[in-house]
Amino acid sequence: MKYLLSLFFALTVLSGSAWAQQGSPDALVQKVTDDVLTIVRQDKDIQSGDTRKAIKLVETKVLPYFDFHRMTALAVGRNWSKATPEQKKRLAEEFKKLLVRTYSNALTSYKDQTITYRPSKIDAAETDVVVKTEIVQPGSKPVQLSYALEKQGDGWKVYDVIVAGVSLVTNYRGSFAQEVRNKGIDGLIQMLSERNTQLETSNP
Amino acid sequence: MKPQLSRRLSAYVCATAITVASGCASTNNDPADPFEGFNRAMFAVNEGLDTVAIKPVAQGYDAVTPLPVKVGVGNFFGNIWDSWTAINNLLQGKGGDALSDVGRVLINSTIGIGGVFDVASEMGLTKHSEEFGQTLGKWGVPDGPYFYWPLIGPRTTRDTFGWMVDTYYDPVWRVDNIPLRNSLVAVRYVDLRASVLPTDKVIEEAAFDKYSYIRDAYLQHRRNEIFDGDPPRIPLDY
Repeated sequence: MKYLLSLFFALTVLSGSAWAQQGSPDALVQKVTDDVLTIVRQDKDIQSGDTRKAIKLVETKVLPYFDFHRMTALAVGRNWSKATPEQKKRLAEEFKKLLVRTYSNALTSYKDQTITYRPSKIDAAETDVVVKTEIVQPGSKPVQLSYALEKQGDGWKVYDVIVAGVSLVTNYRGSFAQEVRNKGIDGLIQMLSERNTQLETSNP
Repeated sequence: MKPQLSRRLSAYVCATAITVASGCASTNNDPADPFEGFNRAMFAVNEGLDTVAIKPVAQGYDAVTPLPVKVGVGNFFGNIWDSWTAINNLLQGKGGDALSDVGRVLINSTIGIGGVFDVASEMGLTKHSEEFGQTLGKWGVPDGPYFYWPLIGPRTTRDTFGWMVDTYYDPVWRVDNIPLRNSLVAVRYVDLRASVLPTDKVIEEAAFDKYSYIRDAYLQHRRNEIFDGDPPRIPLDY
């Protein structure tokens, strides 16, 4: 009986932790990364620089886990509160397009790197965490690739991607603030949409 | 070994440039970058040099060199650098890391045939990369104004001095045979440039103002390195 009880206890704990892991931010990052890399490793088009195909992959596999509203707010900084809801929507749309392209382009330069996951102790009560991974490549120091995630409802959403300590989001703060100073929020929207159009037409 | 004239010269040039730049009137947008006017001019010089000479050479090297050779070249120079990393880890009080770096150099120089193969990484000794600028940062020396130098690129004032110390103790610059030394320096430079070729397109597409994009990324990256990849998070407002 004692044996049975402890077995039952062990099973509950095990399944409990497995369940918890699935809902944890590091498990999410690992799953999405694995899914994407499995596809990239088999796709010769993406490896030889087919950005359009890479973008499609990012849109279907990665985008659902990103919070672009928050990302855009972070990139725009203080001026965000001055934007109307319509301007915020346009800004987020254009910024999303640009970041998706940047991220997809990085994927096309994938060679034979592997990703390792740095173990992190994440408190169950935490709602804002950074999950650290490392890109390991032969002959050079591993490159850190971290994701900042926020708990929203019962899921986690990424709101920043940090490469070797450089936040892809906040690195725009300076140039965005400059543009708003010179040409206002609409000027910033225009700058982003012009860049996106130019990128789409010059190298689809 | 006596200090080479060229090294003294480069130190002199940098020191002069710092003095000259201090006198430049410039548009003062970012407090970290008071000499933006001077830096943007240097940045333009570098972009020009890169476009007409450095990048084409790096692209050629990248195209004709098989991947295992490129990895070997990177490992070879990386192994030399590892010894300097060990010293800097020691100076920063990270004895464990320093010991691991010494182990890396010993293993890679022997079993790894002069450093061409990074056997130590496969054995689980992680590669670190430390230079004197980081050591100064650990010791509490502040960044100082940001600079963009021809050929060596972005450096804060502290890291400019760090770079001079690095270059002074750099075993490659201390090779007595001058033609050999120059070839080694050139190959290392081209290999380094080639290794960042994939980033070019990303920056070209992502940045609205390439100069400030690189500056802001550099400053964030350095902060991260000085905290060994674990900087305190800055709360962001919007």
